[in-house]
Order: sequence, then structure tokens, then C-alpha cells
Amino acid sequence: MSIILIDYGSGNLHSAKKALERAAALSNRADIIQVSADPDAIRRADRVVLPGVGAFADCKRGLTSTPGMLEALEEAVLKRGMPFLGICVGMQLLATRGLEHVTTPGFDWIKGDVALIQPQDASLKVPHMGWNTLSPRLDHPLLKDIPTGPNGLHAYFVHSFQFKPQHESEVLTETDYGGSIVAMVGRDNIVGTQFHPEKSQKLGLALISNFLAWRP
Amino acid sequence: MLKYRVIPCLDVKDGRVVKGVNFVDLRDAGDPVESAMAYDKAGADELCFLDITASHEKRGTILDVVQRTAEACFMPLTVGGGIKDIQDISKLLLAGADKVSIMTAAVNNRNFVKEAAEKFGSQCIVVAIDAKQTSPGHWEIFTHGGRTPTGLDAIAYAREVVELGAGEILLTSMDRDGTKSGFDLALTRKISDSIKVPLIASGGVGNLDHLVEGIREGHATAVLAASIFHFGEYTIRQAKEHMIEAGLPMRMD
Repeated sequence: MSIILIDYGSGNLHSAKKALERAAALSNRADIIQVSADPDAIRRADRVVLPGVGAFADCKRGLTSTPGMLEALEEAVLKRGMPFLGICVGMQLLATRGLEHVTTPGFDWIKGDVALIQPQDASLKVPHMGWNTLSPRLDHPLLKDIPTGPNGLHAYFVHSFQFKPQHESEVLTETDYGGSIVAMVGRDNIVGTQFHPEKSQKLGLALISNFLAWRP
Repeated sequence: MLKYRVIPCLDVKDGRVVKGVNFVDLRDAGDPVESAMAYDKAGADELCFLDITASHEKRGTILDVVQRTAEACFMPLTVGGGIKDIQDISKLLLAGADKVSIMTAAVNNRNFVKEAAEKFGSQCIVVAIDAKQTSPGHWEIFTHGGRTPTGLDAIAYAREVVELGAGEILLTSMDRDGTKSGFDLALTRKISDSIKVPLIASGGVGNLDHLVEGIREGHATAVLAASIFHFGEYTIRQAKEHMIEAGLPMRMD
């Protein structure tokens, strides 16, 4: 199977690629992981991963600077149902709007806004940085065999902005940081993680393996 | 619930670890990647490489180390030492670093912090502060391993770099570094309470109580140590168990 990791000038591609390769090897799969900025490569792929670090507006600009990129993604993911995984800002881009510094339109695949984290407890630091547990709202194939809840495995988060989906049904897991923060969103063939699976050791590799095996 | 972090730090010179990890049987204790893998397995929450390569010609060696580490360890990695411009940061992030720690370049040009945070996002820009007490209640920033005074007040400087976009502060007390007498808790708490971003306490850890104090009394959200871990005095697991016994939430995956 061919998996495309979208290269649009965002850092961290190397780690994401290596984590995908390791997850594939651990599940005895012979997947080909390709880093590419070519819209045609997306159309030909079987699965697509959108990584992302940095600011919402920068990431959006980076993506749209490649002509045909958004159109290729919409065609593959929305029309043909290609499994999609967005990571961190790659997850936030699924929203209707990003409110980081300036208001920037997102893909609008999962209705909602991305807004600053404002913990109720003022002593809590922003960014929300470090390891936190996941509380599932729904059973999802990407969480298969992953221990969750307060005594479950941890995921690595580093973000100052949070996804606030309009439809509660599209929240897959949440985490607690002076209140609930959405940790995963999704519907149909689309999933996004606020945390970094490529940096989340056991939980991360298990989740990526589940993504590779996922048949939505 | 978010857990506190324990971060071992490795000094890397010309692509080799100085004071290599001694707690496991490594084929090559000088290989940073092997040390990183050992800490990954031991349950470290993040890893920090401090590049102390002096010669300009060998500056590229850290990129290879970072790249090989990112291939083997799926945990967050911060790299600091000798970062001068946007290009340096870009290369490290592309090689697989998650965060970079900037010290002298930020002291020399505060705007560099802003530029870096705007380009790469605050979440990956750590500003490292080496501070020494100059009078009661006052700490000054020093560079070059504590040799060069800058005249900058540590607390005001920390506030300023956070305002400019630093996503985290790595604070080292130069009075305590290497003494094993514990963190400078007054300094740590003063800075942590003046900024909204997370703070990593560093410098002076000699036992596991010091780690607890750094968080409870210093208000740090992460603690960094080198020698107590490298020489096998304590394992990461022992450190975390001790912190759990003291009532701190820690990750034991």
C-alpha cells in the first residue's frame, strides 16, 4: 500500500516518516511511505497523512502554495473516501476556521474553530506541553487495543490552540488540562490527532499501526 | 491529567557523547544514538542534546546524530548549543528535532526569538537561560558556560523572551550547576511564576528529592538532569517512582 506524507514545508516530516515506517514494520506490512508535495501522488495514494507544526495560517499558506494540493486532497479524501490522518496543526486544519493571530479558513471538513487554550486554573501553563492521557468518547478503530483513561497510555501534546468542534459526535477522544481539550476528531474516513503519535512511543506506534490497517 | 516531565540531557561534542551513559551495557557509550535509545527504553519523557562542538568544521555532526536518533526513538527531542540563525533551526527540525534551545543568539539579538517563533511556532522554540545570583533577590544572565556576564536581569529577560514567542524556558542556575546541592529554588520559582509558558529546571540535581523540590517549590513543569542518570546513580524509573510517592503525577507507560 502507498502512504503519502504531505510535504508542505512543515518541520517534523522525518520523525513522522520514520514512525510510519516503524509501525508498518511492526505490523509486518510492506507499505511504501512517500514524502511528497505532488497533488498527483496524493490522487494515486491509498492513504494520506498531513503532519503539521507551527502556526495555523503558515501551514495553510504552505499547503495552498502548491497549486492543486487542496483540490487533490478534497478529491481523494472527500470524494473517494481515502483514509486521512491529520497530526497536530494537520488536525487543526480540518476545522472551519483557525483563530491563531489572524482568522484563517481551514478545510471545513470537521465544523468548528481552533482557538487559544484558556485553562480555568490560571497557574496552568500554555502551551499544553507534555504527556497526557486520553478519554475516549466513542469506540474508534484507531484506538483498538490501546489502553485509555486515567490509567492508560500517554500521548505527547504540544499546542497552544485547541480544536472546538461544532458537533460533539465528531469528538473521538478528549484530554484534561484545566478542563476538557479535544484530543482526536473524526468522521467517516477522516481522523485528526491533536497530539503527536510520531512522538508518543507505545501509544503512538499502536495508533499509527491501527491507521495503516484501518478500512473505513 | 498532564504529567510532570523528567528530561535527561546529553552533552555531545563532535558527534560523540561527553560523559557517556553508564547505566546499561552499551556497545559504544560514546554513541549519542545508543544513549538516546537507552533513555527512551528507560522511560525518559523527553531527551535533550546539548551540542558543545567547538570547531566550526564539525558543526554538522549534530545533524547526523539528530537524524539517527529520530529514526530510532519516538519521543520528543530538544537540541541546543551553537544555534545562530534561522537556517540552523530549520536544519535541526528537518533532521528530526522537535524543539531547539537558543541561548547566546537570543541574548545578542532578542528579535531572533520573535523571528524563530513566527517561522516555526512557539512550541518548538525553547530559550535557555544561564543565570547567576549577583545580589540577594537578583540574578543575572551569563553566557559561555557562565563566564560572560551580560548585565541582563534574568527575570525581566525571561518575561521578555516569552513575550517575543519563546514556548518554553530552560533555566540553569550557574551557581548550582555541578554542585549536586539542588536547584536554585528561589530563582526557579520567581521565573516560573512570572511567565505563562512551561519551565524546565536545571542545574544542581544531586538526589531524587531535588527533582520533587524543583516542581513543588520551584514551580517547574519539567526537571532536567545529567550526571545522576548517566552514571547510574538513579534510574529514570526510580526518579519517577520517587516523584509519584511524593504525590506528583508522572507517566509510567
